Amino acid sequence: MAASSLNSWVAGAWKALGDLLDGPFAAVQRHIGAHRMAYVFLLPNLLVFGLFSFWPMILNFYIAFTGGQSVILGERPLVGFENFRELLDCPSYLDPKTCPVAGYSFWTGLWNTLFFAAVQVPIMIVVALVTALILNRNIRGRGLWRAVYFYPVMLSPVVVAVIWDWILKRRGILNAVLDDAVTGWNGFVASGWFAPVAGAVLALVLYAGLSRLFCRLNAICRLKWAGVLAIGLAALAVLSPGTPALLTLAEYRPVNWLIDQRAGWPMFWVIFVYTWGHLGFYMLILLAGLQAIPRDLYEAAEMDGTSKSRAFWRITLPLLMPTMIVVLVLSLIRAFQVFDEIYVLTGGGPGQATKMIIQHIYESAFIGDAKRYGIAAASSVLVAALLMVLTLMQLAITRKRAGG
Amino acid sequence: MATLDLKSVTKSFGTAKVIHGIDLSIAHGEFIVFVGPSGCGKSTLLRMIAGLEDVSGGEIAIDGVSVNGVPAAERGLAMVFQSYALYPHMSVRQNLSFGLENMKMPKADIARRVDDAARMLRIEPLMERRPGQLSGGQRQRVAIGRAVVREPKIFLFDEPLSNLDAELRVQMRVEIGNLHQRLGNTMIYVTHDQVEAMTMADRIAVLKDGRLEQFGKPLDLYNRPASLFVAGFIGSPRMNFLDGTVAEAAAGTVSVALKAGGTVGVDCTPDAGQGDVGAAVKLGIRPEHISVAGASDGDVTMTVSLTEQLGGESYLHGLVPSGEALSVRLAGQTAVARGDVIGLRLGAPDLRHVFDAASGAVYPHLA
Amino acid sequence: MIGAGDVVTFLTRTRGRGRLHWSDWLAYGYLVAGLLIVVLPIVWMFLSSLKSPGALVENDPRILPYEQITVPAPDGSRTFGVQVWTRPDGTRLDVAVVGPRGLNARVFEVGKPEPVFEVPRSQLARKEIVSPRWENYTEPTIGATQSRTFNFLRYFWNSTFVTVVATLLTLVVNAMAAFALSKYRFRGRDAMALVIVATLLIPPTVILVPLFMTVSKLGMLNSLWGVIIPAIATPTGVFLLRQYMLTIPDELLEAARMDAASEWKIFWRIMLPLSLPALSVLAILSVMWRWNDFMWPLIVLTQSEVFTLQLGLSTFKGELNDNMHYLLAMTVLTLLPVTLVFVVLQKHITTGIANTGLK
Ligand SMILES: Nc1ncnc2c1ncn2[C@@H]1O[C@H](COP(=O)(O)OP(=O)(O)OP(=O)(O)O)[C@@H](O)[C@H]1O
Ligand SMILES: [Mg+2]
Repeated sequence: MAASSLNSWVAGAWKALGDLLDGPFAAVQRHIGAHRMAYVFLLPNLLVFGLFSFWPMILNFYIAFTGGQSVILGERPLVGFENFRELLDCPSYLDPKTCPVAGYSFWTGLWNTLFFAAVQVPIMIVVALVTALILNRNIRGRGLWRAVYFYPVMLSPVVVAVIWDWILKRRGILNAVLDDAVTGWNGFVASGWFAPVAGAVLALVLYAGLSRLFCRLNAICRLKWAGVLAIGLAALAVLSPGTPALLTLAEYRPVNWLIDQRAGWPMFWVIFVYTWGHLGFYMLILLAGLQAIPRDLYEAAEMDGTSKSRAFWRITLPLLMPTMIVVLVLSLIRAFQVFDEIYVLTGGGPGQATKMIIQHIYESAFIGDAKRYGIAAASSVLVAALLMVLTLMQLAITRKRAGG
Repeated sequence: MATLDLKSVTKSFGTAKVIHGIDLSIAHGEFIVFVGPSGCGKSTLLRMIAGLEDVSGGEIAIDGVSVNGVPAAERGLAMVFQSYALYPHMSVRQNLSFGLENMKMPKADIARRVDDAARMLRIEPLMERRPGQLSGGQRQRVAIGRAVVREPKIFLFDEPLSNLDAELRVQMRVEIGNLHQRLGNTMIYVTHDQVEAMTMADRIAVLKDGRLEQFGKPLDLYNRPASLFVAGFIGSPRMNFLDGTVAEAAAGTVSVALKAGGTVGVDCTPDAGQGDVGAAVKLGIRPEHISVAGASDGDVTMTVSLTEQLGGESYLHGLVPSGEALSVRLAGQTAVARGDVIGLRLGAPDLRHVFDAASGAVYPHLA
Repeated sequence: MIGAGDVVTFLTRTRGRGRLHWSDWLAYGYLVAGLLIVVLPIVWMFLSSLKSPGALVENDPRILPYEQITVPAPDGSRTFGVQVWTRPDGTRLDVAVVGPRGLNARVFEVGKPEPVFEVPRSQLARKEIVSPRWENYTEPTIGATQSRTFNFLRYFWNSTFVTVVATLLTLVVNAMAAFALSKYRFRGRDAMALVIVATLLIPPTVILVPLFMTVSKLGMLNSLWGVIIPAIATPTGVFLLRQYMLTIPDELLEAARMDAASEWKIFWRIMLPLSLPALSVLAILSVMWRWNDFMWPLIVLTQSEVFTLQLGLSTFKGELNDNMHYLLAMTVLTLLPVTLVFVVLQKHITTGIANTGLK
């Protein structure tokens, strides 16, 4: 009863609001006729689009050729290609240190971004695909798993960065857990439990491997032999005197994950955290793509005696290709624009190790006393050109696929 | 009073001309059916009358006033769509009252009109349901109800029964007929089913390729088809056509020499066919007007390839010597069997029709 | 020893009846591992947000927030931590620790301030109780911290305002455009649709500077409208809604026209209700975009009165690096609304996004 009265209240309010707005629109319609109302409906969108998308795009080109620090267009002197010269006048693009200051920042950001995209995108797509394939199996509670994996996508980049920053601090939980793990492991190796437990596990693993090997070699599977051999080998390995010493780990020294540049950890974690926050989205799309493949195709293949792996390569992958391309395009374009997570997590540091191209643009224009809008705009032009080339390349690939 | 006049109305979509100048005058209270094959422009014509499509040329007038520039809402017409087009998110009651609300009618009047229509169409128990919860026939009634409450000058129907099964179709046909009796409004009804047209219409407009082929009372169309197309379209089973040439044109009678052998005479106006001797024509004769004769004393002979015995009536299908197919309808049951060669008498001279083979125009009958 | 076939079996095998295949075990193992990686950081952060600053600094690995019991000094000037003294004979006594002396500690029995005696510190263990520290949440929000406050209610209001207003405007403005592009024939329609889709390719991140200048010229810097207005015409939204509206039969609109409905009424009373599935997907996307927005607000909003939650949190992080207890609590507050929405609408959100494939 309550629900239906709420419903009718909403319906009434909706109607009243519609009637209220109908006054001016109906008046306009009487003036210009029903057909031309299309332009009226388009107008708000076009206004916003024009003012905040098209006009800035054109303006960007102009600003790229101006200098000075003023926000007011009229006060910005034209400087020709000066901004581009500062960005591009490098003896070697591979070594940004040889560039002028702005160019150094630009090329560092660009190379970092390219590296980031080249590593992050394939890793994320593979993990997302594997997860989607597994969820597409006959998994109990699929909806729930899907929701859990998607959850980080809902979180804001700032929250994600704060969480991981805290986990990755030098005195953070990750170092604590690793320290405990090493200590615990060493204690285990030294204890009397080590020989029986490790021996049993090793024997089981060896048995699984050996029995398969035997079956492949002989026509008859000599399982008993495999068992005896496995237990023997395991006992030998566990009881030999050098083993505990070999397995004892060095004491754990906490790593400053986001600051210790030597092993490349900051870039690693930047990629990890970004992937953690975005994986669920691509997993979801790939899963939807997988579920759109009709079941009866697999049944038909089964009737034809097609093996599982053949069905995977010949049915699943080709039919998933369009979705894969969507995922690839989206993830690449977004990887190129990465900013939020990294800016909050590392601020681009240590040094410039994780500074991305958008951060370069942002900092040129909005950080520090010298607001170098011209440099930022010129960089934007170059990045837009790069993105355009990328998109066109992808379009070409898609076209070719569709054609072939 | 609501009369409707179309004056050389044309319609083009871009460069494609789909209506080629149609003239029609419809009197108040008439039930008019537009009939014709798929794609001939029936819906387009109806939608132009409704105001949903602009008129490319000519004029449409309601009650003598041109409505060319008048928007659909202000023409005072109501339309029942083939897909019903009920608003899926509104209850039946809301569907019926939406239009009246738009016209700012007082609430009490709306309720009265909606209740009246619901009673008349026997949809009262369904008023709070959504269209998705109704059967096809019920949806049809609601769609009609939505038109009825508007009390329109003219009702427009675009193939309203084509989504119903055969039995329901017959039933709804009767109901729409009753509705017309009761309301007495002008109604225009589009269909491509000639049985519907024959049973419901006061007058039928037969359309072909955007042209008006004939406009008249159902039996006039049956008895005096103006063209080969109308002759073939109206009547079931279809009229038979046999190739021939004009052998002789006397005053009031045209003799046709059939390719299948034999010569038959047809009653025509005195001047019909004069000077056409030798011209290629088609002789038209309806299956129900043909009778069986002895093998030697009919107008033509036919080799029977199929007999259909329905008990009360029988159909014979076969080939005449020229290889043309012919169908015959006989009352009662028949002993003729497949493979028999029988003689056929091709009706009386005033039941035969002659059409020019090239243009399809009829040799006019004596009135 | 594990062939490509095995991998494929692991990834694709589907079986309903009977016992679990080894690949099923592996699959569930993979999923659980993934679950831990996703959930543990968040759960751990939530639990830690209730801990005392001391426990956080010590990196106390216990799951629950423990707090040492304290007793007031006899003169009430300060408090002493309570520890459990386990005597060599195994009996225990609760003692309050006054201070250290060498390897010993000076203590007195709880409830009996005299005499103060010494016990070996190795025989002492802290006496603790589970006590969530809700002050982590309340103090910054009501401004009782020593450093700058996290004006949660203000930021929350700003974020909510931006999200709600921008989403409503996005829905109406984009639906109007989609209606025009899907249901009318007019000159330039296809060109218009193409242009709108083409802007999908121009990311707003590369027009930061001119956009900033335009917004600043319009006087919208440090105003929430400067965040809202540029965001409301999204090509994604127009595209998504147009595709959906194309599936709504034209006859419905014609029926409405016969029913004397104005074009606006057709839009409001017929199109919008019938597009509800697509509108709700766009609403979900828009809420996510606006609530989580960071870079553009960072540029437009520089005064803390107009900060959104994300800006507030990132600034708070920069200022309060030693006050982890506050930062964690505020992070939880920031992710709480989104989490609640997600828990309630989980099914709609995932299926909606899966069906449109856009974000
Ligand atoms: N919007 C349009 N644009 C272009 N051509 C159209 C349009 N609407 C109809 N036509 C064309 O006009 C012709 C007549 O169409 P119409 O819908 O009137 O046929 P119909 O007689 O109602 O057929 P049916 O019995 O199948 O409903 C067809 O050839 C059709 O392709
Ligand atoms: Mg039609």
